[in-house]
Amino acid sequence: MAQHTRKGAQFQAVTANRLSDGIVVYLTADAGWSESLQDAAVAEGKEAAEALLAKAAPTVENNTVVEPYLFEVAREESGIRAASVRETIRQAGPTVRLDLGKQAELSGVHG
Amino acid sequence: MYRYDEFDQQIVNERVAQFRGQVARRLSGELTEDEFKPLRLMNGVYLQLHAYMLRVAIPYGTLSSRQLRMLAHLGRKYDRGYGHFTTRQNLQYNWPALKDMPDLLAELATVEMHAIQTSGNCIRNVTSDQYAGAAKAEIEDPRIISEVIRQWSTFHPEFSFLPRKFKIAVSGTPDDRAAIRVHDIGIQIVQDAKGNVGYEVYVGGGLGRTPMIGKKIGDFVPKEDLLAYLEAVMRVYNMYGRRDNIYKARIKILVHEIGAEEMKRQVEAEFAALKKEGALHLPLEEVARIEAYFRPPAFEELPNESTELNKAVLADSGFANWVKSNIAEHKVPGYAIVNISLKPIGGTPGDCSSDQMDAVADIAEKYSFDELRVTHEQNLTLAHVRKKDLHAVYEALKKHDLATANINLITDQIACPGLDYCALANARSIPIAQRISERFADIARQHEIGELKINNSGCINACGHHHVGHIGILGVDKKGVEYYQVTLGGAADEKTAIGEIVGPAFTEGEIVDAIEKIVNTYLGTRQDGERFIDTYRRVGIEPFKENLYAAH
Ligand code: HEM
Ligand code: SF4
Repeated sequence: MAQHTRKGAQFQAVTANRLSDGIVVYLTADAGWSESLQDAAVAEGKEAAEALLAKAAPTVENNTVVEPYLFEVAREESGIRAASVRETIRQAGPTVRLDLGKQAELSGVHG
Repeated sequence: MYRYDEFDQQIVNERVAQFRGQVARRLSGELTEDEFKPLRLMNGVYLQLHAYMLRVAIPYGTLSSRQLRMLAHLGRKYDRGYGHFTTRQNLQYNWPALKDMPDLLAELATVEMHAIQTSGNCIRNVTSDQYAGAAKAEIEDPRIISEVIRQWSTFHPEFSFLPRKFKIAVSGTPDDRAAIRVHDIGIQIVQDAKGNVGYEVYVGGGLGRTPMIGKKIGDFVPKEDLLAYLEAVMRVYNMYGRRDNIYKARIKILVHEIGAEEMKRQVEAEFAALKKEGALHLPLEEVARIEAYFRPPAFEELPNESTELNKAVLADSGFANWVKSNIAEHKVPGYAIVNISLKPIGGTPGDCSSDQMDAVADIAEKYSFDELRVTHEQNLTLAHVRKKDLHAVYEALKKHDLATANINLITDQIACPGLDYCALANARSIPIAQRISERFADIARQHEIGELKINNSGCINACGHHHVGHIGILGVDKKGVEYYQVTLGGAADEKTAIGEIVGPAFTEGEIVDAIEKIVNTYLGTRQDGERFIDTYRRVGIEPFKENLYAAH
């Protein structure tokens, strides 16, 4: 599997798939989940990242999401950006069938 | 076509009810994800990058129009209006919600379909020749024993927890369109001098991380012994297959490690023991019952030549191109086999919208005895069309963007979902196939190049059969960047070969040019009448290497 994150990544966020429908979600600062990466809580440094991931645990317990994990992001003027191709595709949909779904809604992301 | 009897229908209905309970318990938290995952996989439900994915079994690739209409309906109701036909003749939905899955499967069951044996370490959905019942030189319709194997293997307790998944493919003609030599078991239907039908059995083929070509261990297994023989193979595998290492668990590794001779010896010993026990003798009445479902449809007596067809070919050059590439010879005079390409220029190989499915269902109902086939090359086939109807079929297909004339040409590529959908992927495969398709869109150029199969996979699991593409493209991940490794000389037919790596991988920006260079090297080197694969076999990889990397 392609790497989700990189050792020594400066900024990281937490993502998972929602249990009921599998949709990609991001952990927010108040330990909720949002479909938008722009709502994600971003942790700086390893310790903060681990602490952020720990916040997700109760929502696994209560069957909101499955398999949360950390991934690398960058903070840019335009907002939060996923560092890897894989996470960019999870965020903004496939790079094909651009007429549908998130690919259509977030049409700037795949460039 | 095979129709469910009361037992078939009952087990499918019971399975839906059981899964409904499991989903409810998962959603309420009674089952943890770890407990639930193997259960959902047994019902064809994966979790992919964006959503759940459901893989629907299409046994040996045969569908009725009614079933295809149901698939269209499910795509609209539970998904985003399309599905993806795969190299295993299955259909995948990319976005159904887990909570809807029981309802979806219940609707599917009303047309005698399910998602059983599409995942997990069991004997998977059996695949076969899309030309079954229509091909010239067919010894026996391969769907008959495919159906026998389906009935025998479904929920067989001994084969539900194998060391790893297990794939069986059957071919009824000497021309292999089912890639039987890259399956765990490949069955070639043969006939002896007295006209008796029997089976050649190949074992230990497979793709993935360690591609292997199957070895023939059975030369002529008589019909009534087939299940006992297969059972012997499964027992040897169950006993000695590596359960300790997922990468070594497939039967291909076992066969490779002990050798084909030893495998043959073990299977024969087990087979002899089974026969002594008096176990599984395939009841020929049961075979006859199943056979009856696959009797030829009511073909008309027609002249082999059709003046309507000949006139239309002269009048319509688009149609002429389509006839040239998409039509295959039928065993009955006056009939033809129609291949429907799911590879429009720049499209996603294997994708089909619900509207297109409905259209194909209508066309199959009107012109091809109400049934159709899915091919392992991710296309559809209408097996029995009157030649005089070909132009009408073409016109009807054209209205739905289904008349692309490219079967077996360079734009008729296989591609797995890759990183656009798949959680295991290293790189995207669909966009690469699309760029190649666009580069070679010109139909005259495609015909000039001739038969050429490009297969794309997004990771080493090889769902896109890259090892056996004449040109194979494998997506790899180098420090977060997508790269593409090219192999040449693979083939999946009766001369199966695993492609050879041509050299260092290419970037996304370079790969299409690299493919074009390979094609140009072939065009500059070929002799009269040679296909790409023939030239490759004659000259080897060197000239391709030289031209590709000379400028680097
Ligand atoms: C999208 C979810 C999919 C997942 C998670 C998946 C997973 C895998 C894995 C893990 C393997 C390697 C197994 C092994 O070598 O032991 C494999 C092989 C294979 N899969 Fe998939 N696959 C997926 C989709 C597909 C699709 C879309 C197709 C058809 C286009 C397909 C057809 C195959 C084939 C033909 C092989 C190689 C043949 C062999 O088993 O040796 N799979 N898949
Ligand atoms: S080859 Fe890899 S990327 Fe492609 S579908 Fe199979 S597992 Fe996914």
